[in-house]
Amino acid sequence: MTKKEGDLTWKDFEVGNIVAEPGSARQYRSGDWRSQRPTYEFSRCIKCGICQIFCPEGCIGQNDKGNFEADAQSPAPLYYCKGCGICARECPTRVITMVEEQE
Amino acid sequence: MATKVGQEVSIALGDAVKLANADVIAAYPITPQTHIVEHLAELVANGELDAEYIPVESEHSAMSACLGSAAAGARTFTATAGQGLELMHEVLYVASSMRLPIVMAVANRALSAPLSVWGDHSDVMAVRDTGWIQIFTENGQEVIDNIICAFRIAEDHRVLFPVMVHLDGFHLSHMIEPMLMPDQAEVDRFLPPNNFPLPLDPSHPVTMGDFGPPVVYTEAKWAQEVAFRATKPVILECWNEYARLTGRKYAPMEYYRCEGTKVRLLTMGSFSETATIAVDRMKARGTDIGLIRLRLWRPFPFEEVRQAVENTDVLIVLDRALSSGGPGGPVCSEIKAALYGLDKKPKVVSFVGGMGGRDISPAGFEEIINKGMAIARQGSANEFEIFGVRE
Repeated sequence: MTKKEGDLTWKDFEVGNIVAEPGSARQYRSGDWRSQRPTYEFSRCIKCGICQIFCPEGCIGQNDKGNFEADAQSPAPLYYCKGCGICARECPTRVITMVEEQE
Repeated sequence: MATKVGQEVSIALGDAVKLANADVIAAYPITPQTHIVEHLAELVANGELDAEYIPVESEHSAMSACLGSAAAGARTFTATAGQGLELMHEVLYVASSMRLPIVMAVANRALSAPLSVWGDHSDVMAVRDTGWIQIFTENGQEVIDNIICAFRIAEDHRVLFPVMVHLDGFHLSHMIEPMLMPDQAEVDRFLPPNNFPLPLDPSHPVTMGDFGPPVVYTEAKWAQEVAFRATKPVILECWNEYARLTGRKYAPMEYYRCEGTKVRLLTMGSFSETATIAVDRMKARGTDIGLIRLRLWRPFPFEEVRQAVENTDVLIVLDRALSSGGPGGPVCSEIKAALYGLDKKPKVVSFVGGMGGRDISPAGFEEIINKGMAIARQGSANEFEIFGVRE
């Protein structure tokens, strides 16, 4: 889609709402209803990458220092994070703490 | 050259689908549609029709398989009736919203309970708003003609909507009638190959049936509605072209001996045939009466309905379905809605009858017409009249 969703008029739709552009689902920021976000205490991080493997949304990447975190060079940054907390639960060294989102 | 055949209408319908050279048929047998799909299964098994016949496990699966096959660009046919149509219900919306040109014959049947395999229009009315083009037929000839037209209408790039062809269960589906069956060359000239604009194709991947969050849903549905309302001229064009080839002309509303009549009866489907007998008899006795037949149910022909009642005083509408707790007959309520804005409009009297396979004889239609005229004169406290119920 060349236009943003909110700018599309009814005349902009393909017949049958077919989406002919591959990969356009990336534009849909599905994490905007998140109520918690992960925070990190990297002094305890052993760079095992377990959080990255378990993240159901593929939000987690490696930052410059080799630590794993959401939104770091990630193909799917934090705006796909639903705040599920799986990363925090699975982290063996308790690097990750979920905190309430402040509006 | 067309051949004159004496054939059960369901079998002839299957032969018409063969003439249309359908690529995929996905169907589940249900009374009174069974003979249609049995015959098609035979044609495919015998190698007379080069198509995939998918014997699915339910009507929900039948329509789902049709989605996939139509999306791949295959000419797709299915048929159902009554409960089967209801089991398809949620998938019907997907077919129309995805603009898939599926053709479906519906051998109209009552809905349970009490369990009834016999004909009425309860199943049609329950799928009224699913976004399918819907055509009523009256006899075998109209069935085969409109099946052939349905493929051309559905697949036209100005349309791209699925089409239902309604034929009354048993009263029409199981009759043996004389019909003119077009030959293959005639159908091939009339019906170009299906050329779905954006088919499923691994070398050009697209997303079909995507989800529509609140930010786009209204726009998506309005785009569909504008396109759906714009199908009527193409439907008329197709019927006119068919008339040019065969001499048989179809229209959204058709008239029988209406010239100068102030009182008109409106019916749909096979009962219209019986109603003509009543109209003939009453006219012979000097009664002022004509018959209007509604053929195009969706998109609803507002303009033609208004034209059909010009200079009339009374319109009597017979529905074969009940809108429970509502205005009575679903077709009549739409007719009333179409006429509401007119300054000069006839009195409209709603009858519901012929439910669950109950026959209405010519004498029955005479009774309906006489009672309708009396109600138009004297008024009635009822929203509608039920016809033929034993007190």
